[in-house]
Amino acid sequence: MKVSDIISMLWSGSQETLLMVFASTLAGYVLGLPLGVLLTITDTDGISPHPVLYKILDLIINITRSIPFLILLILIQTFTKAIVGKSYGTTATVVPLTVAAAPFIARMVEGSLKEVDHGVIEAALSMGARKITIITKVLIAEARTSLLVGVTIAFGTILGYSAMAGVVGGGGLGDIAIRYGYYRYETGIMLVTVLVLVVLMQVLQWLGTLVSKKLDRRRG
Amino acid sequence: MQVIKVEHLSKTFDGKADRVHALGDISLSIDEGEIFGVIGLSGAGKSTLVRCLNLLERPTSGNIFIDGKNLLQMSAEELRRERTRIGMIFQHFNLLMQRNVIDNVCFPMEIAGIKKKDARKKAMEYLKTVGLLEKAKAYPVQLSGGQKQRVAIARVLASDPRIILCDEATSALDPQTTRTILELLKKINRAYGITIVVITHEMRVIEEICHRVAVLDHGKLEEIGSVSEVFSNPKTKAARRLILTRQSELLEEEISREAEDESI
Repeated sequence: MKVSDIISMLWSGSQETLLMVFASTLAGYVLGLPLGVLLTITDTDGISPHPVLYKILDLIINITRSIPFLILLILIQTFTKAIVGKSYGTTATVVPLTVAAAPFIARMVEGSLKEVDHGVIEAALSMGARKITIITKVLIAEARTSLLVGVTIAFGTILGYSAMAGVVGGGGLGDIAIRYGYYRYETGIMLVTVLVLVVLMQVLQWLGTLVSKKLDRRRG
Repeated sequence: MQVIKVEHLSKTFDGKADRVHALGDISLSIDEGEIFGVIGLSGAGKSTLVRCLNLLERPTSGNIFIDGKNLLQMSAEELRRERTRIGMIFQHFNLLMQRNVIDNVCFPMEIAGIKKKDARKKAMEYLKTVGLLEKAKAYPVQLSGGQKQRVAIARVLASDPRIILCDEATSALDPQTTRTILELLKKINRAYGITIVVITHEMRVIEEICHRVAVLDHGKLEEIGSVSEVFSNPKTKAARRLILTRQSELLEEEISREAEDESI
């Protein structure tokens, strides 16, 4: 294989991976953020305590989180096919990635929101704030630094999962690493692919930390 | 006219192992425009009492009337509306840490749906009242305790309240700062005619600003009357104990002052 071929392959692999990771993180938050909010407010010390609903959500999230990603990928193949029309390839991988990421994101969101000082929530209640105002302007706004750290972690985890999707022809860098490194014993290409993944991870981590620090007003 | 009327208020907390009777059969009323103090040692139930006045804590039994309307018979929405006129300031200030001072003051006006431009203009006025105009763009983390409490007071004014509840508002502050905050509360009471309820374990806070005082001990209302009356002629053990503590405090202050004078 020519070097230029390898480069163009890695380039399109990186694009696929980034696309998968971004799309899944976004979709993961579309589902996970409301779920995390719901977990926070329905817990016993939340602003709308609802023990039954909390228990149900808690259980569903724990179950989905316990399934290894590789198994989930295969388990929900029919579901994936129903949504995107096929069960392999980059677009198809977004579905299991989202399903795996959403409960994980919900947990992280819950953790972040529960860090918000209860006194501030009480102050908002005492002012007669509506619940939706408390959710958006107190819980989410006050926890934004922690939430953004969560986004970075979610990115990283989904990046890792996306590489695993290579096993079932998921596309992206993981796919390349497995096809060339594992099936064809081309260790060189595999190592370069892994290196690209490492660089991607570093850049995302660095960006995430930078943004969340920039937005934190709790430092003097 | 009575702004606040509390009738046979009781509150019991059900713990896993035991029941705690935080408040037992409290009845009292607070007049419009007065500064009313509630004093007691920690665990006396005074915080629970003040938190019942805006239903942050729901009483186990009894009634609470604000302007003649029973809070306990209100729907969630009615209660929310009522709360917008009952301000509260806290021991630990409870400011939004990710918002600067002026945006903190604007928060109650956002809740009330006031236009941003008008809200900011008003917020500046309130900051002027509390003497913090130059800190409008600062973040809470950059402020001292006294400054934070002044922001909290400006924020409470922004909701145009009829009543301000102070839950140990000066307990985290040093004596000097406490005095300036109390002066400010007094000024607000006079200027706007806002009824103020002050919860404290410190006698000097009561002495400094309150018109009337209620002494709370182990969840029971021991004594109620004008500050001078209760202080000069305490009828109950609980009141006498509080006054004795205060006297020894004053004595200590005097001794340390003398010691300072001598060292000069």
